[in-house]
Amino acid sequence: MNEIVKKEKLAGDIVDFWIRSPVIAKESQPGQFVVVRIHEKGERIPLTIADTKPSEGMFRMVVKVVGKTTHQLSLLEEGDTILDVVGPLGNPSEIRHYGSVLLVGGGVGIATLYPIARALKKAGNQVTTILGARSKDYLIMVREFEEISEVFLVTDDGSVGMKGVVTDAMDILFKKRNFDICWAVGPTIMMKFCTLKAKEFGVPIWVSLNPIMVDGTGMCGACRVTVANQIKFACVDGPEFRGEEVDWDELLKRLSQYKEQEKLSYEIFLKAAGDKQ
Amino acid sequence: MKNKKTPMREQPPEIRKRNFEEVALGYSLEEAVTEAQRCLQCPTHPCVSGCPVGIDIPGFIKKLKEGKLEESYRILKSYNNLPAICGRVCPQEVQCESRCVVGKIKDSEPVAIGRLERFVADWAADNLKEEMESSPISRKEKVAVVGSGPSGLTVAADLAKLGYQVDVFEAFHKPGGVLVYGIPEFRLPKKIVEREVNYIRKLGVKIHTNVVVGKTLKVGRLLNEYDAIFIGTGAGTPRFMGIPGTNLNGVYSANEFLTRVNLMKAYLFPEYDTPIRVGKTVAVIGAGNTAMDAARSALRLGAKKVYIVYRRTEREMPARREEYHHALEEGIEFLWLTLPVRYLGDANGNVRAMECVKMELKGIDRSGRPKPVPIEGSNFSIEVDMVIEAIGQGPNRVLLSEFPGLELNERGYIKADKDTGATSVRGVFAGGDIVTGAATVIEAMGAGKRAAQFIHAYLSGEWDPWKQE
Repeated sequence: MNEIVKKEKLAGDIVDFWIRSPVIAKESQPGQFVVVRIHEKGERIPLTIADTKPSEGMFRMVVKVVGKTTHQLSLLEEGDTILDVVGPLGNPSEIRHYGSVLLVGGGVGIATLYPIARALKKAGNQVTTILGARSKDYLIMVREFEEISEVFLVTDDGSVGMKGVVTDAMDILFKKRNFDICWAVGPTIMMKFCTLKAKEFGVPIWVSLNPIMVDGTGMCGACRVTVANQIKFACVDGPEFRGEEVDWDELLKRLSQYKEQEKLSYEIFLKAAGDKQ
Repeated sequence: MKNKKTPMREQPPEIRKRNFEEVALGYSLEEAVTEAQRCLQCPTHPCVSGCPVGIDIPGFIKKLKEGKLEESYRILKSYNNLPAICGRVCPQEVQCESRCVVGKIKDSEPVAIGRLERFVADWAADNLKEEMESSPISRKEKVAVVGSGPSGLTVAADLAKLGYQVDVFEAFHKPGGVLVYGIPEFRLPKKIVEREVNYIRKLGVKIHTNVVVGKTLKVGRLLNEYDAIFIGTGAGTPRFMGIPGTNLNGVYSANEFLTRVNLMKAYLFPEYDTPIRVGKTVAVIGAGNTAMDAARSALRLGAKKVYIVYRRTEREMPARREEYHHALEEGIEFLWLTLPVRYLGDANGNVRAMECVKMELKGIDRSGRPKPVPIEGSNFSIEVDMVIEAIGQGPNRVLLSEFPGLELNERGYIKADKDTGATSVRGVFAGGDIVTGAATVIEAMGAGKRAAQFIHAYLSGEWDPWKQE
């Protein structure tokens, strides 16, 4: 259980894992996530399920290195085991036939978007995707998306596709075509601006939130967000919410809650890792 | 005969308020025997009727007094699967000890039953090799237990002793439920919980961690694969006051704060990876045992000042007296008749103050307690950089929403018969906080104990409350 069957580097700071867990492979649906803990002194962190192969008892998880835990995780090799993996958690995406769907993925959020995109396609939707990243080298899973949708690429430096940010591409597409619904998954700040853009054109939008979590089963309330003026727990009420209803500024502040501790923890780790090398 | 309980040594407040080591240090053999001699061995033993699991209290005390410690332990363990835990966290003052005949004598304190239970359990752990083998599985029926807290562990142990194959499913990575995430190390060391959980494993119970029933393991499969199911998932959803500023950084539910500290060992950050905020001035809202635990944990993390803010008075406070006194000794400050009305934040979204209103007690509310009413115009502010709301919990919906046909009561808890634990679904039993709402460890264990008997009766075909007439 929880053995890393396959590992691949997708970009400088993004690692793609296939993990053995027959039950998660079998039960998980698009939009759901797992909580992992990698060693005895480790924290519990939520990671999205990017794909499954139920027949082989594996699920896929794409991880971006942002701090100590994700860095340590990125150092694990094929054959290693992840101590604790619990899931699938959260509610599945609302997949049905909407008509024409625009999907917007940024950074590692592209991986989260992938099973949703596939399910939407399967449900008969016409799927258009905007994928964005810092530069060409950080853009992941493009080919996989091209198999199921029309894809527009956007990079900050213009090294591939359009130079700019994903909302620039949204603006162009919204002016040209009609979309019935939109999904945005990526950094919180990106999802906020995607929401504003979708609102500008009157297109409803789903977002997948990734707030700080501990248990992932609705028991601690760490992941609370204000949605339509009510307190919601992203782990059990989400992780997907309608973007128009999310209090983005509050969420952005809550995400920075442990910035200092996270920085300290990462620095100690990097120093120790550096000493060993 | 001495009229006071033999005192138990404790870490001095000045020292303990800066560490997470256990506060109460336990009896020596001599102290335990001295205390055991205070028991009158009265023929009516009212203490037993005050114990939710009906321990033969005079019996185990008699053996202790005679120095037959192993026999004393065997008696204790035959009734209670978790004696070292109960000896530490049961509210004995309102249970067994409240009925003790010695305590009824003028100026006399009851026998310290809880302390004696703790002593015997700890003595056994240090001195007895559990030669016990797992009970052979003699029954063909399988039982699933959802949740590994006090009620789930008790059901599992009792059914394993009766020869059933029992699988316990726990959502967290460690078994114990509230015993591991909720109760702090200084009140209940986690190695004690591990010890007692290991005993239950030795009985042959299989504990599966990281399994969220309803998500990882679907209810349909559970119903298909097991002959009976016990749900003991506790009351795990934190309530919030819902006042403005609730989502400011630094405002915690007690569940989150205690889980970070106890289960994830955030007090050892950065050695452990889970971070926690360390407030200089902390306000804990509520005055139950959870509030005491949160306040005393915050102090140990390094807070300069910790307030407990409660809308009623000391008299209505639900916390155990002992915990209250420990908190007072450690310097926790109590703001009675006070209700926060909003939290105020700084530009970065961190809590910096709270506005409160003074209350007065007028008449009686629906719960039969004096009703707190705000005094108009009495608003005032306190500077705080951390708030922990410990105002109670609701039922966790993760499992309940996935369970077709399971009837809930008007408060959202499982409807279960209070004597047998039987729910609206055939073969499904429930007990502990998910039925009663937040209560005590021993009450949950009592529910588990009763449910185990009736699960056995049901599986033996002797009793069937679901039978169609």
